[in-house]
Amino acid sequence: MSTFVGHSRLLTLRSLRTLSRQPAYLLFTLVQPMVWLLLFGQLFRRIAELPGFGAASYVEYLTPGLVVMTAMMTAGWSGTSFIQDMERGVMDRNLTSPVSRAALITGSLAHQAVTTVVQSLIVFGVGLATGARYRGGIRGVVVVLACAVLLALIFAALSDAIALLVRQQEALIGVSQFLAMPLAFLSSVMMAPALMPGWVGDVARFNPVDWAAVASREALTSTPDWGLVLDRGALLLALAIVMGWLATRAFRAYQRSI
Amino acid sequence: MSRSPGAVVTSTPSTTGTDPAIEAIDLVKTYGKGTKSVRALAGVSFTATSGIVLGLLGPNGAGKSTTVKILSTLSTPDSGSVTVAGVDVRRHPDQVRRLIGYVSQKPAFDPIGTGRENLELQGRIHGMSGRNARRRADELLERFGLGEAANRLASKWSGGMQRKLDVAMGLIHRPRVLFLDEPTTGLDPEARVDMWAEISKLATDDRLTVLLTTHYLDEADSLAARLVIVDRGRVVATGSPDQLKSSLGGDSVHAELAHADRHDRVRRAVEAVPGVTRVTVDGTALRAWVPDGAAALPGMLAALGEAGIALASVSVARPSLDDVYLHYAGRSFQQAEEVRA
Ligand SMILES: Nc1ncnc2c1ncn2[C@@H]1O[C@H](COP(=O)(O)OP(=O)(O)O)[C@@H](O)[C@H]1O
Ligand SMILES: [Mg+2]
Repeated sequence: MSTFVGHSRLLTLRSLRTLSRQPAYLLFTLVQPMVWLLLFGQLFRRIAELPGFGAASYVEYLTPGLVVMTAMMTAGWSGTSFIQDMERGVMDRNLTSPVSRAALITGSLAHQAVTTVVQSLIVFGVGLATGARYRGGIRGVVVVLACAVLLALIFAALSDAIALLVRQQEALIGVSQFLAMPLAFLSSVMMAPALMPGWVGDVARFNPVDWAAVASREALTSTPDWGLVLDRGALLLALAIVMGWLATRAFRAYQRSI
Repeated sequence: MSRSPGAVVTSTPSTTGTDPAIEAIDLVKTYGKGTKSVRALAGVSFTATSGIVLGLLGPNGAGKSTTVKILSTLSTPDSGSVTVAGVDVRRHPDQVRRLIGYVSQKPAFDPIGTGRENLELQGRIHGMSGRNARRRADELLERFGLGEAANRLASKWSGGMQRKLDVAMGLIHRPRVLFLDEPTTGLDPEARVDMWAEISKLATDDRLTVLLTTHYLDEADSLAARLVIVDRGRVVATGSPDQLKSSLGGDSVHAELAHADRHDRVRRAVEAVPGVTRVTVDGTALRAWVPDGAAALPGMLAALGEAGIALASVSVARPSLDDVYLHYAGRSFQQAEEVRA
């Protein structure tokens, strides 16, 4: 256990050092949500006027959803640093060292959590500048950050696991793109649940992106339904733990293939 | 030893009672399934006594990396058993990982870290305190002549320096056994010679057991106290480079005849010289195999003189590892490399 904690710390510091030396990576995955926020936020401004939409403005509705969507999309790239480690001998060296497998995953997830917080704050800032107001205050924003981080952990762990299984950059990107788009659209990120086709609403109930979007929007209202937030938050936490465990197991599959 | 499928030339018994540093018995490893499966190892066995450089020599695709991956806990064999530093690798991989250093064929440092950061992180992973890791990193940077570049990003270093960093990272925790998978492949000649000097110091000064894989015959010849020659997933011969060369029947004497005739007379004269095991004459080229070329030469010259055969030149050659490989693998090393390319 103490080796796990010690190794997690070391590997987290290593990945944060990498991030600080290549900060451009943080911006690269922000391009898409920025386009959505600026373009769709203006283009679909009048959606909010539809009866039953239930939000002050579309940008205000969209911002928390885009925060969690960004978290998911960026986390999908997490496995690429594992692939880089595999293409070099770094992964093999780590696996022949007495390093805890779970710590390798933890290091990657911690890195992703930091990335998510920074990106989320940027999206929040741009949302604010284009007219969104966060009625839930600081507390609401912190809850959104927590939801975004949990969602990022789920997808980062999934991406790490896939990386260990497919061992190729192209295949990893393919799989995560294939998952990300439907998950974003089959959720309430863009469109209020009340106005979605019924079947989309049904599917969304099993979609972790939707859990994070629902909890985030709720936390930003002036009088949040904390029961709803807690419920979705608990689902996210449970899934994050399962995914982290699966990713740790994926090292076995990797070692069987080499 | 008797389980080795290849020729075992050596007969030096272990004089000490200690376990060998590395023992591999009947390793079999297949990658993939069905028709696309590749049999990388088809029963590899060998041992390494401690404190030597053992060379695993073979052409590309022979199974060298696969063997090293199994010995270093990275991969598991389909069958067979392995002990490293007396510990069963399959049963106690965690223990083995503390005792070994593994330098993979691919570069394994973090290019976005400095040399010092790479070394210190590796030390910390092995449980060293921050201060100890720093001190040991300094020691290794000094030893490998990397001190001046220590605080620059490793991605900016020369290829030779980067490879030395890889080796230094494998040494940070003072392992008992060090695996070096093709440490000089891709290096320029100067950097290779430099690396050779470092490797030969490891066994003598540090009393490490080093398992070195290479597809360079000259590298195996000059570094390895003992060689395991592999071809197509099998061990074809084991022994010291000298033992292996001697096993081919010793030296060959090459003579250039003044005239390309009277071959029968030439052959009969040379065959009569004591110690000569085989003679070939082709045009003006005469070759004779003897256990010791220098000792047999005067007798041969006398016999040819008596028979009235004039010579243009004469030389004695030790067999090369090329000859050894050809003899045991049944094809030339060059040819084996080309088959893969
Ligand atoms: N991960 C792998 N998957 C499939 N085949 C492999 C893998 N690693 C090695 N092989 C195959 O196994 C054989 C032995 O490879 P290797 O041990 O790398 O040889 P060497 O190191 O002597 O060049 C080769 O035919 C190679 O293609
Ligand atoms: Mg190899």
